[in-house]
Amino acid sequence: MHAIDSAAASTEQVWTWLGEVADPEIPVISVVDLGIVRAVEMEGDVCVVTITPTYSGCPAMQVIADAITDALRGHGISKVRLVNQLSPAWTTDWMSAAGKIKLKDYGIAPPAQQVIDISGLQKGGKPDGDIGVKRSALSKLPKLTVACPICGSDHTEITSQFGSTPCKALYKCLACREPFDYFKCH
Amino acid sequence: MDDKVNYLLRLGDNALILSQQLSQLCGKGPALEEDMALTNVALDLLGQTRMWFEYAAELEGAGRDEDQLAYHRDAHDFKNCLLLEQPNGNYADTMMRQFFFDSWHYFLIRELTASSDARIAAIADKSLKEVTYHLRRSGDLIVRLGDGTADSHAKTQTAANELWMYTGEMFAYDAVDNAMAAAGIAPASGVLRQLWLDHVAEVFAEATLTMPSPDAWMQKGGKQGTHTEHLGFILAEMQFLQRAYPGAEW
Repeated sequence: MHAIDSAAASTEQVWTWLGEVADPEIPVISVVDLGIVRAVEMEGDVCVVTITPTYSGCPAMQVIADAITDALRGHGISKVRLVNQLSPAWTTDWMSAAGKIKLKDYGIAPPAQQVIDISGLQKGGKPDGDIGVKRSALSKLPKLTVACPICGSDHTEITSQFGSTPCKALYKCLACREPFDYFKCH
Repeated sequence: MDDKVNYLLRLGDNALILSQQLSQLCGKGPALEEDMALTNVALDLLGQTRMWFEYAAELEGAGRDEDQLAYHRDAHDFKNCLLLEQPNGNYADTMMRQFFFDSWHYFLIRELTASSDARIAAIADKSLKEVTYHLRRSGDLIVRLGDGTADSHAKTQTAANELWMYTGEMFAYDAVDNAMAAAGIAPASGVLRQLWLDHVAEVFAEATLTMPSPDAWMQKGGKQGTHTEHLGFILAEMQFLQRAYPGAEW
């Protein structure tokens, strides 16, 4: 089998291949489902993939970068360059609808809505003299309805804001009594 | 040393030293949920450290990488604020140190999203949601501890009183900070202090704690490399492997 010329691979083809690269910690969803891949471009025979970290300290990012490079090499693209893009920061809003369904089927409740509203926090666009922040604004969590991924009940409660990985919180279902992971909105 | 490199190392050292301190509590948290929270915060801070160091190393152009900056510098080359090297102590001490830092860090990172340096603004943009989460959590815990039992209230008030003298340094601008502010890279002097004081006052009121005087005498020196005796012990543990086996890799 001949390695295909990188230049011959279309970006659409590359996106399809990346859609088969699994997240190392949640192997049922791909890096594309997760919204980590921001852009794919061909610069001559070099395939440039722009990715963005989920959390600053997420130890899976290096594994993901290696997995992307390996996958594309496996498809014959020998020249791959990864660009790490920090801004705009990753958000769970970029997770695909299909990815959210796969998460739920895997037993992890998908992000329900935007929890951290940072619209009023960023510099710029704020009224003069009101650049402080009220604790009440910081602490104000919208009433979240997190459905149990196992029995579907909304009768659940949070047990810990932090879970087994930076992106998850711990919940328990008060209906079926099962504990479960919740993929936090970020 | 170039002012911007110096400033980036200060940002990185603050995050690194606090991350190391929190990591020491892994497996020792007062409850499983707290244990996970502490180590998750430590992980966020470590990730932020890498971004600051990576940029500092690039600008410095001296062939050092992020690992060398973390493991091959001695105490007098570290530029973290003295607050962050204070011992973990009891849980009120740990959380008060965290709250004082988070309150400052949050406002700083928020201002840095508008930095004239695009790379710094991007790192701040990436970090903002994380530090918002940190501040919300540490503020909640200060309220619970302060407005908790007589014992937790007393310990939390003591922690506030003892750590207070280390808080002034975060706002004390020196030539490096002023150069950064003049270039629009960092927020102007004085911007952060009032925001911080207002926020701390609000949380302390809710926590039934007495806020020490903003005009109290303050310690300083960390940013310039003059540290308390605690930093050496932190580095001794953090740097042990690279000191004993230079260049060791996974």
